[in-house]
Amino acid sequence: MAKTAEQMVRVTVNGRERQASLEPRLLLVHFIREVLQLTGTHVGCDTSHCGACTVLLNGKTVKSCTMFAVQADGGEVLTVEGLSANGQLHPLQEGFKEEHGLQCGFCTPGMLMSSYALLRNNPRPSEEEIRWGISGNLCRCTGYQNIVSAVLYAAAKMAKDKTVPVEMAEVGGTR
Amino acid sequence: MIPPAFEYLRPKTIPEAVAFLKQYGDDAKILSGGQSLIPMMKLRIARPSYLIDINRISGLSYIKEEAGFLKIGGLSREADLEASALIRSKYPIILDTAHVIADPQVRNLATIAGNLAHGDPANDHPATMLALGAQIVATGPAGERIIPIEEFFLSVFSTALKPGEILTEIRIPIPPAHSGGAYLKLERKVGDFATAAVAAQVTLDGNGAVQKAGIGLTNVGPTPIKARKAEEFLRGKKVDEANARQAGQLAAEEAQPSSDLRGPAEYKRGLVKELARRALSRAAERAEA
Amino acid sequence: MIHKTSPEVGGMGHSIKRKEDLRFIQGKGNYVDDVRLPGMVYGQLVRSPYAHARLKSVNTDKAKKLPGVLAVITGEDLAKANLAWMPTLSYDKQMVLATGKVLFQSQEVAFVVAEDRYIAADAAELVEVEYEELPVLVDPHKALDPDAPLLREDREQKNNHIFHWEVGDRQATEQVFEKAPVKASVHAFFPRCHPAPLETCGCVADFNRATGRLTVYMTSQAPHAHRTVFALVGGIPENNIRVVSPDIGGGFGNKVPVYPGYVCAIVASLTLGLPVKWIETRSENLQSTGFARDYHMTAEIAADRDGKMQALRVKTLADHGAFNAAAQPTKFPAGLFSICTGSYEYPNAFCEVDGVYTNKAPGGIAYRCSFRVTEAAYLIERVVDVLALELKMDPAELRRKNFIPAAKFPYKSSLGWTYDSGNYEAAMNLALEKIGYRQLRAEQAEKRKKGELMGIGISSFTEIVGAGPAHTFDILGIKMFDSCEIRVHPTGKAMARMGTKSQGQGHETTYAQIVAQELGIPAADVTIEEGDTDTAPYGLGTYASRSTPTSGAATAIAARKIRDKAKKIAAYLLECNENDLEWEPGKFYVKGAPTKAKTIQEIAFAAYTNIPPGLEAGLEAVDYYDPPNLTFPFGTYVCVVDIDKGTGEVKVRRFVAVDDCGNIINPMIVEGQIHGGLTEGLGIAFMQQIDYDESGNVQGGSFMDYLLPTAVETPHWETGKTCTPSPHHPFGAKGVGESPNVGSPAAFVNAVVDALSHLGVKHIDMPITPAKVWKVLQEKGVAA
Repeated sequence: MAKTAEQMVRVTVNGRERQASLEPRLLLVHFIREVLQLTGTHVGCDTSHCGACTVLLNGKTVKSCTMFAVQADGGEVLTVEGLSANGQLHPLQEGFKEEHGLQCGFCTPGMLMSSYALLRNNPRPSEEEIRWGISGNLCRCTGYQNIVSAVLYAAAKMAKDKTVPVEMAEVGGTR
Repeated sequence: MIPPAFEYLRPKTIPEAVAFLKQYGDDAKILSGGQSLIPMMKLRIARPSYLIDINRISGLSYIKEEAGFLKIGGLSREADLEASALIRSKYPIILDTAHVIADPQVRNLATIAGNLAHGDPANDHPATMLALGAQIVATGPAGERIIPIEEFFLSVFSTALKPGEILTEIRIPIPPAHSGGAYLKLERKVGDFATAAVAAQVTLDGNGAVQKAGIGLTNVGPTPIKARKAEEFLRGKKVDEANARQAGQLAAEEAQPSSDLRGPAEYKRGLVKELARRALSRAAERAEA
Repeated sequence: MIHKTSPEVGGMGHSIKRKEDLRFIQGKGNYVDDVRLPGMVYGQLVRSPYAHARLKSVNTDKAKKLPGVLAVITGEDLAKANLAWMPTLSYDKQMVLATGKVLFQSQEVAFVVAEDRYIAADAAELVEVEYEELPVLVDPHKALDPDAPLLREDREQKNNHIFHWEVGDRQATEQVFEKAPVKASVHAFFPRCHPAPLETCGCVADFNRATGRLTVYMTSQAPHAHRTVFALVGGIPENNIRVVSPDIGGGFGNKVPVYPGYVCAIVASLTLGLPVKWIETRSENLQSTGFARDYHMTAEIAADRDGKMQALRVKTLADHGAFNAAAQPTKFPAGLFSICTGSYEYPNAFCEVDGVYTNKAPGGIAYRCSFRVTEAAYLIERVVDVLALELKMDPAELRRKNFIPAAKFPYKSSLGWTYDSGNYEAAMNLALEKIGYRQLRAEQAEKRKKGELMGIGISSFTEIVGAGPAHTFDILGIKMFDSCEIRVHPTGKAMARMGTKSQGQGHETTYAQIVAQELGIPAADVTIEEGDTDTAPYGLGTYASRSTPTSGAATAIAARKIRDKAKKIAAYLLECNENDLEWEPGKFYVKGAPTKAKTIQEIAFAAYTNIPPGLEAGLEAVDYYDPPNLTFPFGTYVCVVDIDKGTGEVKVRRFVAVDDCGNIINPMIVEGQIHGGLTEGLGIAFMQQIDYDESGNVQGGSFMDYLLPTAVETPHWETGKTCTPSPHHPFGAKGVGESPNVGSPAAFVNAVVDALSHLGVKHIDMPITPAKVWKVLQEKGVAA
């Protein structure tokens, strides 16, 4: 198999501009994990079912294992590493801890990103809406119940504390 | 898990995309949402040498009513349909359909055009478009042409799109007053393809009798199926319990399901009967509202 | 007896938030695929598409020529180093890379190593393998037919029979059956399923030529046992092997066996002198790693007319796939299946199991099974319901009539287990009260008149965990003790290491809470480490709900050894006799003069700065705990379902789970375990199966068809508890992680059958899909 022409890709990741020359077939998740060395985003399957690889691209959740990095060229990516600002945990991260919304932690980054997007579009979700909102993220440990509680916790906190930034542009990120 | 290598092309316009398609023929594939294509490439079932990414082409993402049609652009995503006030208020059958496709992340990228163009009888929009009597606008080297939806699905993974053609718009004739539709899908779990699903669209006359009915069946044959006998049966009749049941029975007879991991053929046939009955009742309710 | 500590200390019973969460919620976990070492390369396996075939040739030329490929290893290569086969944890052996023939679809045939995983994937496609197909055996019932294809030509015994195992009194039991006025029986298949933790298996094998040390970062639930196996199999001195289990993304038994991928990565690293990473894909995980269940079981109960059970007879056919790679204690080829007497008194019982080979992936013990307890509990709870139907008796009342009474514990079952403690009726009463059992039965009667289908299913399970006492339990000869080493620092903080390995169970928090309880050092001040064989004391790992019963006990004992020494130091500092001292968590004080006290922190400081004459410096202890018995957690689960007559869909309306695991360390964590296990049970009962067609092609070999419940399918779980401590455990605790998977499948199935029992339905095999229910409804003429 001959190597195909590499493409230059420029992406803003967690607020920081990154660029690299990549094979077109490099999956976005591998770009994030191996090239950028942000290993918070995980790979859990090979048929695009599990959602462990969920990140935000241009404000919308996508499965980063089902996209090529070149498709993200010129765009903005938010990963779990970008959720906390200035060392302060996002209310969702706090919620997952307070409500025991994780056990092994492997699905957690994907769950956080899907929940983050859910709360942006729907700041006051019902339990049913949360379950639908995370229906693209599989978890084997928690049975989802405490994840739902965690998202409700975050929604309540964010409603109370309106100074918490919710727009992606305002979220600084650590890398 | 890892796709084979390919050359990546990113045209800025439709004519450029069409030219690439023409140039590379069978070695090329269009990449729009990619939510069906990329998984196939990762399994190395699909191995295009050239991937033509049309996602940057502007002017292809719209949902609007114009000249008697609901027009949906070739790059409109499932999530766009879910968020559209127009779809939510006037076309609940399309909302029903978009809502049961895959999951939230996939819906952010997957396009309704791709859902039709892929030619997979398991996809959901084909049945709905059959029920709505839609038209496909294909843009190719010879320009634009319109393909009626009943002529669009030829066989498994095979549509009436000619080499070099891209599905650039879906047109749905705006239903008259007293119309309603519903899409009901039974799946093994959220995110799965349908074990069976039925799209039902009815237009009622002043007396509540069916003036026109459209019924589409998902994943119970090599292509999506238009249940013509059931549609014909309903003409002039009210959608009451008995008629809905009988229509469901006819639709079930028109289904050609195969036994597979989603269930035995007879179960799928039974599902078509039941889901058609329920979808027709819901459609009639919406038509009367 | 158990002092309640303050929330600040966070000992037993406090739902303190988890200490490990901070890194996971920030995406800073360190899982095996996150490990990156300088010069690291990637391995990928080439696998057989055939279920049974002669391996004619393996041509690696094209693959080797691909730029970026460093090596391609075949079975022939391994055979030269005597590594083509490896022992399994059941004293069978398994091919690492195939030589001669392949025995299941997806079996490992070659291993390519390349600079990155993309090149490795391309290279794997270039390996050319020639096969000659052989007849396939997928039906275990045909495995012992005289004309069945012979699978294992490597064995002396030329048939497909692996073992016959029996326990109990066959004769006495038969005699009771001959005379019994009432008999009930069920043939229940527990389908092959798979634990599918969200993180697949993998490793980074790093042989350092300069130091001669091999470090293996791996998804291992039992790092020390794996280290010993690598030493024995690979001939590498055990002091030169370090196994590190970093963060693990779920185990559920999937990460106990040794897989060919690990061995290949190690061989490649030894050969190349480079770190070699191997991470399997999900499809590989589902199709080749340790599956669960696949038990074809028949149970019969002999009873009196008033419902008192007199005898239980069980016969099981166990399908182990191509190699017996089940991980279980040596003396128990069918695991702890003989717990199948469950929560009931059977004066007579007999149980026999036969294991056979088939052309399927190897394994058998996994998926939160407690060593086959899932199979046993499912079987007994199903057959008890069948008996209730036979007797036209309420299933709760039948159970109540036959429960081992609370006063009879410790109770020796007629299949040889001594149950430590139990109070089954209390748990069941609480569950029935929480679900509103009487009202539900009334509702069901009303609904039946209208032709509506609803069901209530009860499962009153007893399980057996915490393997196990050295006199009976070993894996590959290694006894199943476990361990804890605690060290208290001068400033009063502590560090403790154990021989177990959490894959999400919260050990960094719960073990710290045990130390907090025993020593009064705040849990926040206690660092817990597991998984690095260079530093952690030897243990057998975490599976079969054994951590709290074994290492948890060791932790308490080690802490008490420290407390004993602390008392001596306190007496010295307070210038009194040890006998004059009283203890409350965190301090020793003089009897009658509570202000004359020394805190544990003061004592710790003194252990390094003001050491009593004759005493060694320091404040630490280690304990290797040999449990005197297993522990027997139990509970009652009640499930309510409604059935859609038009589609066959089953909706779980409510589910109440009452668990009793004795004294609880962290209630929040226990509840989380219950939620997770119930969700796994839901998947098993309604949607999961790994099946094979007659050519041995796997069905359900990816997440497309091997279905995991999402948040939408999963109902809201209602939990409750009773507390019957274990009399032999240092703090009265039992294991609990697997109880929900053990107890729930029967609750789900009993509920569905109960919804249809008035139509004459006695049993439906899992997975209970809508298609199956619909078929039953059609047959009974009640479909919509």
